[in-house]
Amino acid sequence: MSGPGVVAPGEVALRCTDLHRYLGRDEGRVHVLKGVSFEARRGQVYAIVGPSGCGKSTLLYLLGLLDQPDGGQIEINGRLMSNTDDAARTAARGEHIGFVFQFHFLMLEFSALENVMMPMRKLGRLGGEAMEARARQLLDAVGLGAKTHRLGTQLSGGEQQRVAIARALANQPTILLADEPTGNLDVKNSALVFDLITRLAKEQGQAVILVTHNPEIAQRCDQTRPMRDGVFVG
Amino acid sequence: MISPNLRIAYRFLTAKKRAMFMSLSCTVLGVGLFIVTQATTSGFEDIFTRTLLGINGAIRIEDRLQDTMRSMAAAGASDFYFAQREGVKYIEGVEEPQRIVDALRDFANVRGVSAVLRGSIQITSSFKTEDAQMFGIRLEDHLRVSDLGQQITAGRLEDFRNANAGALIGRVLADRLQLSVGDSVVVTARGESRRFAVSAIFETGYREVDKTNIYLHLPEVRSLLKKPSGATYLQINLHDAARAPADAARMEAVLRHGAKPWQEREKSWLEVFRALRVSTGITVTVFTLIASLAMFNTLAMIVLEKTKDIAILRSMGYERRDVTRIFLWQAGIVLAIGAVVGALFGAGVTWLVGQVPLSISGIFKSDRFVVVWDWKHYAAAIATAVFMVMIASLIPARRAARLEPGDIVRGTAQ
Repeated sequence: MSGPGVVAPGEVALRCTDLHRYLGRDEGRVHVLKGVSFEARRGQVYAIVGPSGCGKSTLLYLLGLLDQPDGGQIEINGRLMSNTDDAARTAARGEHIGFVFQFHFLMLEFSALENVMMPMRKLGRLGGEAMEARARQLLDAVGLGAKTHRLGTQLSGGEQQRVAIARALANQPTILLADEPTGNLDVKNSALVFDLITRLAKEQGQAVILVTHNPEIAQRCDQTRPMRDGVFVG
Repeated sequence: MISPNLRIAYRFLTAKKRAMFMSLSCTVLGVGLFIVTQATTSGFEDIFTRTLLGINGAIRIEDRLQDTMRSMAAAGASDFYFAQREGVKYIEGVEEPQRIVDALRDFANVRGVSAVLRGSIQITSSFKTEDAQMFGIRLEDHLRVSDLGQQITAGRLEDFRNANAGALIGRVLADRLQLSVGDSVVVTARGESRRFAVSAIFETGYREVDKTNIYLHLPEVRSLLKKPSGATYLQINLHDAARAPADAARMEAVLRHGAKPWQEREKSWLEVFRALRVSTGITVTVFTLIASLAMFNTLAMIVLEKTKDIAILRSMGYERRDVTRIFLWQAGIVLAIGAVVGALFGAGVTWLVGQVPLSISGIFKSDRFVVVWDWKHYAAAIATAVFMVMIASLIPARRAARLEPGDIVRGTAQ
């Protein structure tokens, strides 16, 4: 499996082919994704747009290996992951994928610094001091260098989302997945967060896939993929 | 370096202070009360056992076994020996006590042997006459198989040792006859009377013994009973009294005399204590069960409140087993604190209970609540709490590990 330092910018970091996903049971079963194919290259920012319920988030969770498809294939850095077991998918998430969710999802009992160090502690690639140094560097990069020891509850919504971005980048993933990362923020914070994601991703050569309803943000991405009724249109 | 799972567990737990305090309190109570009930129950059983061993020794050998024609025929017909109760005849008493005493020297666990000659008597003081049992002993031998030396409450053992016509009389019997040290009594057995002086008064705490027993020198009893040889029984003390059943069985087979261990001799009383232990065991288990239910409740609550955190952890690469461990660590933290505080609490209450004045006599004598200090009680209390709390914690921990991160995130996002 290729690590973040091995895959060169421009290489395909993620590829999915003919993805199908059903949600619900029995009569309530809905065919949410109907054969979606997609690929994301490193250093590129992709926006998936579309009306609510069209399958954007479902696709994002499948690409992030948080969910399993009912059909089709997902490759992460050239390795087929769609049919692997939970342990392999979990390991791939820790090493190759960073997530930013709409509702920040910080662990509120922990400080900003500890939240950013959390994925690094699990991966165990760095020693204690190196982890802390990297976490501080990331928090500096998102403009929170002075608030590293604040608990999640002591940060504003925009600040929490910036900590979440720093945390998503902690293990230098090749893929950054963001589900409505600005959906809960005001205009100023939305622009700040988007700029951060794209700048850091470009610097580190990550493939960024974000789901958004915001047309301005979608417009600023390298590629925009509109979705409707479980398929890409255009 | 502290494991990330332990770090997360600690924060999750301390975030729910009230629930954690409840679980901790229940664990402390469970461990503490387990220790206290064990200490008190064992305390009474222990003092009772010590009292009995101090009076009657660990093993009593009496009645010679004689094979009947039937069992001898069975033994002689082949090499196979078939021990059958119906094929054995018991002959009362020990005819050659010295031969048995010599043979008992081969038993490593035997600490001392005392030949005792017993007889029914009437004892008369200047006040009244009472029925009693006299026991002819050699003092030095008997001191090695009983606590007679520590049971003297008035007078001196030395006076008994030096006086051929000295007598040691039980406290209750002495009170009934209004006897004091130095008074004389007349002992009548088989129509013959003899005068003895009260050298000392003993008290075992076992009322029946203190009411009927009088110790005399063996030659005096032989003379009174006109029995120049033999003994009613041999009283044996062991280094390890717990091994009495096995030793008694061997003695019976080797010496061809009935040998009764104290566990069999006092079976009915020991059954009472066993029932008491079971009853307190049930009570204690309920306490520990409450502790485990409190832990279950706390963890189940944390699982419900922390589903998003579980999803985040899973999205960051934390495995299912990490999630299980995070919740088991929480139980482990409560258990560790609960075990230490519970053991201290149990020790404190045990000490306090041990100070409670309580006059008990009948089958043993004590002037305060009896407790036993035994590390095994602490180990058992902690082991029980660990077992029950960890079992109760497994359910919410496994439930947390089974949560699908995609389901959680989707549920929140939509």
